[in-house]
Amino acid sequence: MQALAPEEHFIESEPYYEATGDEIAIFEAAYQNKLPILLKGPTGCGKTRFMEYMAWRLKRPLITVSCHDDLTASDLVGRFLVKGGETVWVDGPLARSVRAGAICYLDEIVEARKDTMVVIHPLADDRRVLPMEKLGILLEANADFCLAISYNPGYQSVLKDLKQSTRQRFVALEFDYPSMELERKIVVHESAVDADLAENLVKFAHMTRNLKGSGLEEGASTRLLVHAAKLIVSGVAPIAACRSAIAQAITDDAEMLAAIQELSSSLF
Amino acid sequence: MADNTPLSAAQIEQALGLLLEVEFTFIHVDKLAASIAALPREDQDFLLSWVRRIATTNIQIAHQFALRAVTRITRMDRHMIEAWALHAMDTYDRAGSRPAFKVINEIDNYAQLSHEHAAGALFDEIGGILLTFIRGLSGRSLKLEQSDAAYTDSETLFLPAVVAKMLRSEDNFKLCKAMVVILWAQTRFGSFRADLNSALAEYPDHDKALKQFHALETLRLEACISRELPGLYRDMQRLKAESGDKLSPGWESHAADLARPEAGVSDSLRLLAQAYPGVVPDVVCYQCELRPDAVAAKAAARIEREKILLRVNLTRELEKFQSEVRDSNSHFKIKIAKENHGNLPNFEITLDDAPTTPPDSIIQLLTSIYLDLGEIPAEYLVPAGPGEYDSSLFEEKKLDSDTVWQGTYHEEGASLYPEWDFGRQHYRKNWCVLRETEVKPLNDGFAQKTLEKYSGLAKQLRRTFEAMRDENRLLKRETSGDEVDIDALVEALADARDGSEMSDRLFMRMHRSQRNIAVMFMVDMSGSTKGWINDAERESLVLLCEALKLLGDRYAIYGFSGTTRKRCEIYRIKNFDEPYGELVRQRIAGIAPQEYTRMGVAIRHLTALLNQINARTRLLITLSDGKPDDYHDGYRGQYGIEDTRMALIEAKRNGIHPFCITIDTEGRDYLPHMYGAVNYTVVSEIRELPFKVSDIYRRLTC
Repeated sequence: MQALAPEEHFIESEPYYEATGDEIAIFEAAYQNKLPILLKGPTGCGKTRFMEYMAWRLKRPLITVSCHDDLTASDLVGRFLVKGGETVWVDGPLARSVRAGAICYLDEIVEARKDTMVVIHPLADDRRVLPMEKLGILLEANADFCLAISYNPGYQSVLKDLKQSTRQRFVALEFDYPSMELERKIVVHESAVDADLAENLVKFAHMTRNLKGSGLEEGASTRLLVHAAKLIVSGVAPIAACRSAIAQAITDDAEMLAAIQELSSSLF
Repeated sequence: MADNTPLSAAQIEQALGLLLEVEFTFIHVDKLAASIAALPREDQDFLLSWVRRIATTNIQIAHQFALRAVTRITRMDRHMIEAWALHAMDTYDRAGSRPAFKVINEIDNYAQLSHEHAAGALFDEIGGILLTFIRGLSGRSLKLEQSDAAYTDSETLFLPAVVAKMLRSEDNFKLCKAMVVILWAQTRFGSFRADLNSALAEYPDHDKALKQFHALETLRLEACISRELPGLYRDMQRLKAESGDKLSPGWESHAADLARPEAGVSDSLRLLAQAYPGVVPDVVCYQCELRPDAVAAKAAARIEREKILLRVNLTRELEKFQSEVRDSNSHFKIKIAKENHGNLPNFEITLDDAPTTPPDSIIQLLTSIYLDLGEIPAEYLVPAGPGEYDSSLFEEKKLDSDTVWQGTYHEEGASLYPEWDFGRQHYRKNWCVLRETEVKPLNDGFAQKTLEKYSGLAKQLRRTFEAMRDENRLLKRETSGDEVDIDALVEALADARDGSEMSDRLFMRMHRSQRNIAVMFMVDMSGSTKGWINDAERESLVLLCEALKLLGDRYAIYGFSGTTRKRCEIYRIKNFDEPYGELVRQRIAGIAPQEYTRMGVAIRHLTALLNQINARTRLLITLSDGKPDDYHDGYRGQYGIEDTRMALIEAKRNGIHPFCITIDTEGRDYLPHMYGAVNYTVVSEIRELPFKVSDIYRRLTC
């Protein structure tokens, strides 16, 4: 194990990523033009993997911040700490990325507090600066710096929507679940499960996605399929794997669980 | 200690005389009393308590119950007797006295039927799971309903009320599951793509041909299911083996023929010619019924409608592009990938050779058309020209709910709620029919006038509510927090150098307001509010809404009224997602006195609405002028009070705080019983009302 500073986090080997459209070309073009990028799409469909892949492709370090509702602006920009009677400034992940020219990926940006959002505005237009109020400086972004954010339009309430002033600064890439063929291929690659089982898992995922809107917020994601497939490879029976890795993960509703259980027991 | 000496015949006769109102009904109870007197005290009490409960529903049924129960009480399980009595009362509620008497008379059958109730799969219990289950399967989105038998009309799957062919309840559930899947498979794998009626008409014995064809089709669908849902197929094989269903001799070749993945309904029809002369095979346990007439009636209308719908939708798609291109020669093409591994094909739609991503509604239409026809004919892809179709042809026939509500079949689309019958000590199932309607907005400047009239009050109210407001603020000198408080630190360091004690309050913390409250206002719109009470309600709602704006809490306002259990009405004034604006103001102005006050069902409905809201504190505040009351059916009085009380208990069980503000000066008699001693308040003047609300607010939310 080694401990790395965030800006030293280069992705060495090529992450497995299957393109579903022209997202790679668009990301590259946006990067060349220093435009920030917004990734939209349901959870577990490959947004984070795509970022890792692009970081590897562009040979830039990737700093990922998972946003939560207690994330403050200073968590991103930096803060004073006290060391032996002196205050010492410590950069936050965003400031580090700006200095080092890394790709800063703010995952699930709408989860963060509203004041956080405003901090990224000057970075996300042609100014490309990060105001650091506490230090009283404007930090100009390194030419290689790139800002990317993600959000899932599916389950956001009105309260947690992305403001127009924020979203209209980004080049948006829409992600969705891959096609059946591709999804099967991904499951096989990620888990080494055999192709027939992967096929049935994908079918099962589609069944749960059919239920979106009739009591389910979101169907099973590709990530969950991979989880289930890994359990199966380790010797768990498929129905049990689907229950633990998929059904229980997407709902708590007893009747919905029973129905999903019936679906998986019909398939395997 | 309880007295265990049995009651004497005379005592029992007296009790029965009262319960069965013999003075008016002329029922003779002497013999019955004598036979009850012979029972142990425990049985006597049990019997009499049930006679009392049933008598509140119908005296004759209670009498018949007593006559039959008295001879069976020693050998029948008490649970069984209870279930039997409740079943009789439910039947009475649903279908009237004659069917209820039948239930009472068939007590001995009931014991046998009770197997069905113990081990059988009841539609009421499994319907929800199975509906979700079939929604998960691919293809057309199907409905699931209860009917006399299991069959499908190609849009709805029907199951009987009870399925009890198997011995164990889990097998009966599996059987139901197999039945819905067989029915689903008929729509999914094209059983209805052929014109069955005309194909079967060629045979002299239409019935026999239908049965033969159904058996063949079932073989074909079983094979489809074995490929698509292998797990279920295994269960189906097991159910078949346990029911002793076997393939008829001589049918092996048919089965093999139909098991080919490419076999379709035409193959079943082809084999029918060979199979027809032979013996009709036994029906497989999950085979259901085949009703080509029901399908034909639905399918013809659907195919026509979906063609129009698709073409109209394509026109709308085209308009999206044409606003830019303005090219009327554009045309859509479709490429249907081959069905593989039993998956429905992907539809790739191109517009002038450029791929498009059609919305889900179009994909669903294409799927449904494909299931009916097995292809998408070229003429379906021609966008409809302007005015080609009358919009009434394709738009979902949205019956105006008010018209339905006024009509004979007014229960269509309405919600059904149970009601608590305190005499019976049990719910009456699906007793109240309720519909949500909207209050007609009234644009008469009522809100403005009210605010002017009560400007002083409004200001005062604002202050009360403002005091409750919590804001984000920075707390300094905290023991923990997300920032160092530099001022505090400098001081503390100076103190330390100085030799004094160093404070540990060195941090700043952002205090965030975390109001997470949803409030439902339930406004009495009964006829008795006519006059100043109605004005008071409306005025206080305006003042409240103005004040609530300050807090930013989510709230909704609904009115309630109705006549009898069959026509309960909920009036939507403001739902949770709607902002408080001009329209809501006009609706408040439009609140007008209607009919009666059936409170229980209104509380149940609004509780259900509140339950959908994700909030830490949920309040249900009722503004009312009096006790529950309804026209003619005994809701007035204790029955209504007990039902309301039960509805409130249900709400509390759901974590909702109910509260009542009433303008009934006699309310102190019954409100504590309904709401609990602290959860109501009586006001005599409108001015008090908004302040009461702010009191409640402070008490419950701060």
